[in-house]
Amino acid sequence: MSVDKNMNVLIVDDYKTMLRIINSLLRTLGFVNIDEATDGTMALDMFQKKHYGLVISDWNMEPMSGLDLLKKVRALNDNKDVPFIMVTAESKTENVVAAKQAGVNNYIVKPFNAETLKTKMSAVLGDF
Amino acid sequence: MTQPAGQGIGRDKVVEIISSVIKKVEEKEDLSRDTIYSELKDLRNLIEQTRRDISETRMNEIAGKHIPSATDELDAVVAATEVATGAIMDGCDALAGLSGDLPAESQTKVMDEVTKILEACSFQDITGQRITKVVRSLKTIDDKVSSLLKILEEKIPGLPAKKEEDSREGDARLLNGPQMPDKAISQDDIDKLLADLF
Repeated sequence: MSVDKNMNVLIVDDYKTMLRIINSLLRTLGFVNIDEATDGTMALDMFQKKHYGLVISDWNMEPMSGLDLLKKVRALNDNKDVPFIMVTAESKTENVVAAKQAGVNNYIVKPFNAETLKTKMSAVLGDF
Repeated sequence: MTQPAGQGIGRDKVVEIISSVIKKVEEKEDLSRDTIYSELKDLRNLIEQTRRDISETRMNEIAGKHIPSATDELDAVVAATEVATGAIMDGCDALAGLSGDLPAESQTKVMDEVTKILEACSFQDITGQRITKVVRSLKTIDDKVSSLLKILEEKIPGLPAKKEEDSREGDARLLNGPQMPDKAISQDDIDKLLADLF
């Protein structure tokens, strides 16, 4: 399965530093259409206006957390099966279980490197 | 019977003295005024000592000064590291742009190093989250201390609030660490001040 690197990718994090890091790493990996949101509410709004091929979201955000965003995305009529990767410092077992039960496709614990990001994206999208 | 300053006096001690007075009054019909006076004086001393002990803790300064100052400092750390990390990433973007002019092999090497720098910049996110957790805990403590202080002020009217004094001496008093941005004077102000002094 080939991965379309022109797909729309949405990254969600309330830390601008993290948005910028993930954005840069994605560009290094060849992805070019990248949108950013600083919280779950903003992401959901963007999600309803545009089709995304991948969502990479932080968990710890206010007022809508990454987990709430995931649940709302999975409850949408359109594009509810979009691949969703949680990138978070929340590394307790119950967090991972809750995310899995909510329908997350993969889980990356911060801090991470470019290789980890690529490996997890490949596991979700296929090799690229 | 007065306790040394700073030594806590328990509620049990107060109850013990009151019980002692009551017992003596009940058992001895010929109890002298002097004896009752002596017992009541001990009780008054204990209460006064307790008030002084409470005052010594300077809880009003914990809630009104130390904790707000600590949270402000920590917030400033997060803001400063965010600015610095942004500058580092600006440098990475510039290097990535310049690497386009290099031979392919060199370009790859430069981009590998740029990627490592970007990965390392995630420290700002992690430390920011940890510091935010500490700030939240400090604010909870602040709320609890404030509530306790309010209760004490209601229960013990006129509780003296002893002010904390700077115990440092000489030049050591000048060392206060970096100023908060809204309290610091600018380099221009310092230059002007120096020019006026010399």
